[in-house]
Amino acid sequence: MLMKGKKGVILGVANHRSIAWGIFESLRNQGADVTLTYMNDRMKDGVEKLFKKFDINDVDLLECDVTNQETIDSTFKALGEKGDIDFVVHCLAFADKSELEGEFLNTSREGYAMAGEVSSFSLVAIAKAAKDHLSENASIVSLTYLGSERICTNYNVMGVAKAGLECSTRYLANDLGPKGVRVNSISAGPVNTLAARGISGFTKMLTIQEKISPLRRVNTIEEIGDAAMFLCSDLSRGITSEVIHVDCGFSNVGVGPMEAYNLEK
Amino acid sequence: MSSTADKVIEVICEKLSVTADQCLPEAKFIDDLGADSLDTVELVMELEEQFNVTIPDEVSENILTVGDAIKFVEENA
Repeated sequence: MLMKGKKGVILGVANHRSIAWGIFESLRNQGADVTLTYMNDRMKDGVEKLFKKFDINDVDLLECDVTNQETIDSTFKALGEKGDIDFVVHCLAFADKSELEGEFLNTSREGYAMAGEVSSFSLVAIAKAAKDHLSENASIVSLTYLGSERICTNYNVMGVAKAGLECSTRYLANDLGPKGVRVNSISAGPVNTLAARGISGFTKMLTIQEKISPLRRVNTIEEIGDAAMFLCSDLSRGITSEVIHVDCGFSNVGVGPMEAYNLEK
Repeated sequence: MSSTADKVIEVICEKLSVTADQCLPEAKFIDDLGADSLDTVELVMELEEQFNVTIPDEVSENILTVGDAIKFVEENA
């Protein structure tokens, strides 16, 4: 039980397909006391259905809309009242569907700001609100994607937001490191989640990873969950400011297996 | 009605919290069955899982009614 006696929060469970749900299960399997947050009543409904389905009745559920500083502050105040927080897992992102297709050139001013606020600045706001309630050696983990460092067609403004998230990870790691707090991010391969389906042509991204990644398959939320659990646990105590790829090796492929490409004209 | 149609309707009822008699073939998910846009995406994903099919964007954009969903599953699952 790597997480026995540790407590913390995961922000961003939508349903049983969410990467956040895989992380929740991994942390719980290792004995962690996990609180979940929801953005609004619609999302709360989804999580409550999940609790019912899996017969879970010992998990606290708090409202946290990261575009509203008051709810961020009240979430971490409520968490802090239960004792120091050992881990915070950020699984949040948003861009309007219209921004996740076609040319990046057409990104709107509002869309750029919104993607950045919800997907990137929120990590900074959360880290600040959590700071005074964190235990020694606490761990903050977020989720990112290859579209931040490489061109991934249609990922567009979310790639910019994820680049901001990864960079924020490094600066936050530097600010919180002297206190013993670690900040890392997991760059996960594409997973068939509600959020991912907002990306135009998403199902093709799964096929591409399946065809050309070294492991020749897509990632499961269970294995991404285990990597996040590792980053929350003391096993990763020497790791901070890092972006760890859990992508079946996809990000290291230059030219994949020849049979994966159809170059006939 | 085919057993596939019954199963599709079962998935729709569960996902959208509606009853089978509301699931007329021409019933629109958003206008008639109270779905929001996230519900329709979740519904498509649930159909994919239950019937072991992939429903690409260009197809799912045109699955707007109960009848559309039944037709797609009957033809592709």
